[in-house]
Amino acid sequence: MGTHPTEEGATGTPSAPPLLEMSGIVKLFPGVKALDGVDLDVVAGEVHCLLGQNGAGKSTLIKVLSGAHQPDEGTISWDGELVRLHTPTAAMRLGIATIYQELDLVNDLTVAQNISLGHEPATLGFDRRRDERDTAAALLLRLGHPEIATTAVVGNLPAAGKQIVSMARALSRDVKLMIMDEPSAVLDQGEVARLFHVIRDLTANGVAVIYISHRLEEIRAIGDRVTVLKDGRTVATGLPAKTTPTADVIRLMTGRTIEYVFPPRSGHAFTGEPLLEVTGISRAREFEDITFSVHPGEVVGLAGLVGSGRSEILETVYGARRFETGSVTIEGKALHAGSVPSAVSAGVGLCPEERKSQALLLDQTVVNNVTLPSLRRFAVGPFLRRHKEAQAATREIETLDVRPADPQRDARTLSGGNQQKVVLARWLLKGCRVLLLDEPTRGVDVGARSELYALIRELATSGVAVLLVSSEVPEVLGLSDRVLVVRDGRIVHDGPAQEIDESDVLGLVMEGSSR
Amino acid sequence: MSDSTATVATSGPPPVGPDDSAPEVSGLRRVFRGSVGRNLGLVLALIILIIVGVVTGGERFASVDNTLTILRLGSVIGVVSIGMTFVIIGGGIDLSVGANVALASVWATTLATQTMGKDIHWLVMVACAIIVATCVGLVNGLLIAYGKIAPFIATLAMLAAARGLAEIIADRKTQIITVQGFLDAFGADVFGVPVLVLIFAVVAIIGWILLNRTTFGRRTFAVGGNAEAARLAGIRVKRHTLWLYALLGSTCGVAAVMIMARTTTGSSTHGMLYELDAIAAVVIGGTLLTGGRGTIVGTVIGVLIFTMLNNIFTLNNLSISAQAIAKGVIIVVAVLLQQRIADRSRAVT
Repeated sequence: MGTHPTEEGATGTPSAPPLLEMSGIVKLFPGVKALDGVDLDVVAGEVHCLLGQNGAGKSTLIKVLSGAHQPDEGTISWDGELVRLHTPTAAMRLGIATIYQELDLVNDLTVAQNISLGHEPATLGFDRRRDERDTAAALLLRLGHPEIATTAVVGNLPAAGKQIVSMARALSRDVKLMIMDEPSAVLDQGEVARLFHVIRDLTANGVAVIYISHRLEEIRAIGDRVTVLKDGRTVATGLPAKTTPTADVIRLMTGRTIEYVFPPRSGHAFTGEPLLEVTGISRAREFEDITFSVHPGEVVGLAGLVGSGRSEILETVYGARRFETGSVTIEGKALHAGSVPSAVSAGVGLCPEERKSQALLLDQTVVNNVTLPSLRRFAVGPFLRRHKEAQAATREIETLDVRPADPQRDARTLSGGNQQKVVLARWLLKGCRVLLLDEPTRGVDVGARSELYALIRELATSGVAVLLVSSEVPEVLGLSDRVLVVRDGRIVHDGPAQEIDESDVLGLVMEGSSR
Repeated sequence: MSDSTATVATSGPPPVGPDDSAPEVSGLRRVFRGSVGRNLGLVLALIILIIVGVVTGGERFASVDNTLTILRLGSVIGVVSIGMTFVIIGGGIDLSVGANVALASVWATTLATQTMGKDIHWLVMVACAIIVATCVGLVNGLLIAYGKIAPFIATLAMLAAARGLAEIIADRKTQIITVQGFLDAFGADVFGVPVLVLIFAVVAIIGWILLNRTTFGRRTFAVGGNAEAARLAGIRVKRHTLWLYALLGSTCGVAAVMIMARTTTGSSTHGMLYELDAIAAVVIGGTLLTGGRGTIVGTVIGVLIFTMLNNIFTLNNLSISAQAIAKGVIIVVAVLLQQRIADRSRAVT
């Protein structure tokens, strides 16, 4: 097949075939086209950065590349030969290693044991422990971290140390391409600098790196070339990482074609007493000095990257985490730090990020899920009036148009959008006045999204104060009256949603400043 | 709203849409969702056991006397199993129930034989046993909910400690109960049914109501099914866990009273291996060891299956060892079936 014309200026040899060449990759999921023609080529010894907004298809692309997903169309060639990556093992054999955000290490084993996990040096089944330690030590030295003891237990290492061990494990299998998915999300600045040192060392030895990050300054520091994804397609590839203007990168990433219908805003300014007031709350290493307020009827959106502290802020307001300084008040009444019951009884409700693991009782009926925080209301003494309970829950799910409208169905059997409505119905029934929504449309299909948006706006119009967190910038902008941008645990922008656009928010989130 | 009768249990058919088939579907579903439908396999197993019993034991098995014997033997472990059902649905486990029964029995009998003598009212003994056992449960609950010790470990420690304490109190002697009021109260029959069996029935009914008709029961399912979701819904998960272990403790106290009545003794060897029998009965009854799902009816049938098996083996002069093997096989089959059911319900997604 013909080689893809790539731009010069990158390291590596443009004349040789690229190490990896993906072309026309399409991946379908039920109802969604996650990848719709992705082209990507990576040459040995370069750091290739992958950029794109949430939902652009980065994660799916990585999974295709690591053998976890099979593409429906398109070809992958490796060293000039067509290959099929049937399984993660097949990808590993070629020399593709993926370092995930949630590092896949065994916390209770030692550094050396983790590095050789799956291919332990052994004689007749007995570990050659000295060999194992020596190999590990050599790899750690190659990564520039000889100070990590091979006998240390991995669980005791800091996040940066774990990442190094993870990389050493990849190198122990003769890796040629290392995929790093937001490696800097868990690291502080010094650690990032050391990571870059390691990456440079790897590339000097001919290893190629696919580097995913939302932070432009990192991409400028470490990257050679950039590929931008949008709506599952490659919109630009081979851009020089160091010199492409920020404005160009952001322009490529914005303006997604999938547009959702957002309900009209209330249109009037919110004055008077705020319902929710957050004053100077902090948590060590999560966020600092967060101050904002939400009025009745107002939708306030929190934009920021994963790891910026936005979800932590939401959970702290709710009492699921304890704030160390500051205060949270509802109508002037202070909430107890770290007490969910205190927040719930004050009229606060949370639709958490992980619906299935944090909100729903999957094996129980819709009724039981909806009435969970309101059981007292249906009780005479200790006894539940289940008829009343079912009636009330049915009323709520009819209001929200949960389909199928069967209150006795198990929550597990509902679609993502309907499950989210069940969680909303829970707080509607509770009569809550402050609604905290964390990624309300994650895992919700396109049609149901607009419906949820309309619902959220309706709730606000009825006087509820809504605080919304979303990774999708268009969602925050389209739904909110006011937008807060969080970066590294601080609010860097607070203003009306109409006065800021997608590129401004992306700029703030990715670089810390508006254009 | 819905004008269906007030006795509608699981599904008040909502008056939605012009769906004609709705009442029929929900009627059928109600049968299958009810205790009978969910425990259909268990009921079948019980029936098969009865048939085996009748064929091999004949008259000796199918008599009223033998039926009452089965029920009397099963009642003590049955009461413990009801409490255990709550703890397991709530996502926990308790290995200390047998030791707890022993401790409560010797504490109550010591009170009768030494401290107060024969003049003690039998109700004082009952109260003593239940209070002691509930306190043991509370300690378990505190260690697990607030001390954050794994239930397995905390109650394993309690298993050792409570049995040891029972031995010290009893001085390793079996104490014979001579309080006539106690023996009269629990040795009697009511309309031909032994009081012990009645106690089991009452505990099972109270347990069923508590689990299926109260906020406490609903929260138990929530805490065991998804503790994080329960916490984020404003339920005080730790406090609830504490009450679950206290509840199991109190049923151990009741069981201690029953075993004292049946044997007319208090002994530190009472309740040996009750933890295994109770957990086995609960698991056979279809309660998930991972929590969040289970029924009282299933547990009662599980207890009956176990006791009836013992009875059939004894009637046929088969050894205790053979019984043990059969028990083991039944537990494995029950868990395999459970996994099938769990997988099937997951496949619906």
